[in-house]
Amino acid sequence: MVDPRIGIIEERLKGINNIIAVSSGKGGVGKSLIASTLALTLARRDYKVGLFDLDFTSPSTHVILGVKGLQPKEEKGIIPPQVHGLRYMSIVYYSGEYASPLRGADISNALIELLAITRWNNLDFLIIDMPPGISDAILDIIRLIKRIKFLIVTTPSRLAFETVRKLTDLLSELGIPVIGAVENMKMKESQFIQQQVERRGITFLGEVRFDTMLEEAIGNVNKLSATQFGKKIQEIANILEP
Amino acid sequence: MHEWALAEAVVSTVSQIAEKEGLKEVAEVKIKVGELQQIELEILEFALSQLKALKLKNTKFSIQKVRAELKCRVCGHKWIFRKEKMNEEVAEAIHFIPEIAHTYIKCIKCGSRDFEILEGRGIWLESIKGVK
Repeated sequence: MVDPRIGIIEERLKGINNIIAVSSGKGGVGKSLIASTLALTLARRDYKVGLFDLDFTSPSTHVILGVKGLQPKEEKGIIPPQVHGLRYMSIVYYSGEYASPLRGADISNALIELLAITRWNNLDFLIIDMPPGISDAILDIIRLIKRIKFLIVTTPSRLAFETVRKLTDLLSELGIPVIGAVENMKMKESQFIQQQVERRGITFLGEVRFDTMLEEAIGNVNKLSATQFGKKIQEIANILEP
Repeated sequence: MHEWALAEAVVSTVSQIAEKEGLKEVAEVKIKVGELQQIELEILEFALSQLKALKLKNTKFSIQKVRAELKCRVCGHKWIFRKEKMNEEVAEAIHFIPEIAHTYIKCIKCGSRDFEILEGRGIWLESIKGVK
């Protein structure tokens, strides 16, 4: 028995120049906010950008972007709708406001299905908001998207970095490119994360200060871009530009 | 026309296998289609007939429907998925991503959403026959 969906995934992604997974070993470090803001920033710089929320059990980018009442267009597959200038795909189009309790094999199957049927067409960047940890989604992305690059998010916490360290070690062992690491929610001066990141030969992309105004900007992309957080991510986005 | 995307996947995968195995021509491809995904067989067959590549021009696509059997991981109850019991919106969501079944379907005995799809999820290639 052969799963025919695997064989079409490369074809579906061939029009995309850069595929970047925003990832971390830990949850709650700001991956979704960074992925969404990066995607918005690049789209506002006139790049063709897609954002794919791969956190199937706990999606949140639709809340960040204030997405409501949209559905993908069905045309020989599915075409993600345009949201704030970017093509946006999420499982919430189908799960709505309900919980989606999925085991690992189900996550893999849903991921393969969406990669096989989604027509992104031509993009400069596809930003993928990954679920936390080193399990099915990350293993599948590495297996199925040969051109994947990672952007790692950590906080200043040693607890977050303990998991990030394992993720970067795994990616390094597999020879998967890492664009760099962002230290998010920084509250006091410390070189610990930067030193640890650079010791591993990974580019330190910068620190993002804890922004008390960020929560109020959720759901409003103009407010989000105007926050200190948004401005710092715009600086970090420079490194992704060709 | 989600079926079109799946038909493209079938043609692409069969072509890749034919290339790898050094087949000059593919005589028959047996496809299994699970009822959970509610694929319209007529549309799938039409798409396959339109997408046939050179090596597949004489290929017979035999499609067999497989009923979707679900098993609760909590109480062990087994049941068969029936589209007729779904509202249209939910059925369509499951059509695009069969795993969405976990969002809307519960074990009819104990109410758990933690169930296994024993068979009949989506599309599979059962066998490919060809001439070397």
